[in-house]
Amino acid sequence: MAKRRLDAEARAGLGLISPPFFYALLVLAAPLLTILATSFLTDGYLEIIREPTLDNYVQVFTDPIVRVVMTRSLIVAAVVTLVTVLLAFPVAYYVSFHVRPEKKAMWLFLITIPFWTSYLIRVFLWKVILGFNGVVNTTLTGLGIIDEPLTFILYNVNSIVITLAHAYAPFAILPIFIALEKIDRSLLEAGRDLGESRAMTFWRVTLPLAMPGVIAATLIVFIPTIGDYVTPEVIGGGRFPMIANMIQVNMLALDNRPLGSALAVTTMVIVALVSVIFLALNRRFLKVRR
Amino acid sequence: MKPPAMRSQGRGLQLYTLFYLLFLYAPIILLPLFAFNSGTVIAFPLQGFTTEWFAQMWGNATLRRALMNSLTIAVSASILATCLGIFAARASTRFEFPGRGGIMGFILLPMVLPEIIVAMSLLVVLLGTGVQLSILTVIVGHTLICMPYAIAVLSTAFSSLDRSLEEAAYDLGETKWGAFRLVTLPLVMPGIISSLLISFTISLDEFIIAFFLAGNEPTLPTYIFSQLRFPRAIPVIMALGTVLVILSIVLLALGEYFRRRGNARIGGSPTGGLM
Repeated sequence: MAKRRLDAEARAGLGLISPPFFYALLVLAAPLLTILATSFLTDGYLEIIREPTLDNYVQVFTDPIVRVVMTRSLIVAAVVTLVTVLLAFPVAYYVSFHVRPEKKAMWLFLITIPFWTSYLIRVFLWKVILGFNGVVNTTLTGLGIIDEPLTFILYNVNSIVITLAHAYAPFAILPIFIALEKIDRSLLEAGRDLGESRAMTFWRVTLPLAMPGVIAATLIVFIPTIGDYVTPEVIGGGRFPMIANMIQVNMLALDNRPLGSALAVTTMVIVALVSVIFLALNRRFLKVRR
Repeated sequence: MKPPAMRSQGRGLQLYTLFYLLFLYAPIILLPLFAFNSGTVIAFPLQGFTTEWFAQMWGNATLRRALMNSLTIAVSASILATCLGIFAARASTRFEFPGRGGIMGFILLPMVLPEIIVAMSLLVVLLGTGVQLSILTVIVGHTLICMPYAIAVLSTAFSSLDRSLEEAAYDLGETKWGAFRLVTLPLVMPGIISSLLISFTISLDEFIIAFFLAGNEPTLPTYIFSQLRFPRAIPVIMALGTVLVILSIVLLALGEYFRRRGNARIGGSPTGGLM
């Protein structure tokens, strides 16, 4: 009787989940498998030759241009992630520990609003803010702090980093905030009662307990930044392509779909590897907790 | 109440947080400044006040077409994503079935997959099968990427549902569908509205998929992108951006209101964000 009921429940669950599951199968899994298959084919003139090869992957790992773009994407994504998470932590900490409970939702709402406004326009406005006659430079020259416009923030990799760090800021704050909220406040009091200083309590109690949130934030920022297409295009003017731009150029303009597919698959593998490493770290922190 | 050290630390953090908010809001504060600025160059100092750019925006036929396309896509995608999301949220919160974790993880995958990969792989398949690119193909893509967000919102609504209410309905002679329609659905309605609004907002602002899958049809973001390289077109884009920001804030405030009302109805706390 119990077994049959379980079966009925399983069948009901599977029946319910099937529409979204088949949709994802058709629109997500099938295209991803197609890309995976294409990445092992040979690119011929005007058509794809059905001849299995590893050449595309050899090219991905040996071509100097691919290497430059790959390295740039990885460095930009890593720096953006580091900056975003470091800048976000104090904000999450403030909202969690110093804002009164009934006001917390409002603060989170305030923090998330900019994220929901047109991404393209926000990116473009950073070009305006950081540009030669932009807000930063005109203000600083106007105040007499600098004589000539700052050039290190002008239409280059630095401005790409600043723009992305702004774009993904709320992504970092929310998971850290959630982790901080879960911390049992009596643990902190216990640390203090046992004679720890405020800094040591933070270092030995708060930070380790907040680590799952920090790791979630790291992943949530890293993944979309490494695949960002718009910012290098708008801010860098196409002169500092990242991996997404390279995938797109190979898929469309150069019409080398096998190579484009190999680039896409490699990117997915990198993202998956980074995720696995960080999730393993997370498991370690969770173990410490017990 | 708090010790003085804590209070001073709090003040430093508060100052930092305010600066951080300024950083977050910098572009949004600039947007209306340039939208009402009569100068044609987007730079300081500002010139006079004008509503010229809003008038030009209103009279722009391509823009109106892009708006209509975007609205069609966003409405369709948000309804489809929410419907599919209801199935997934109900299945994952109410039923135990083999492979639940794996299936749910797979459906939520678009949340952690770079959008360019979703767009490119879909494009390769569509071109390969000879499907004509149109706003229909964009709807297909947007439904896929909105679905995980819809599920996240709806799962919260479904998981806090008291199962005994449904069982009471069965005991009183309702059919399964009747109980769902009369008891479950009204209780999760705020979650459904919130999911619709969030999906709508995501779709309205989505660029990558629209850019590659729309063929020759403009949507608002792809129209904006095409105009960014023409300096003369920028003031109108600033006006458009101002309108879009206001629209997003209204939609989000509505979504947040419904989410909280839903939470209050089932006795939850008002905290917690949209994520």
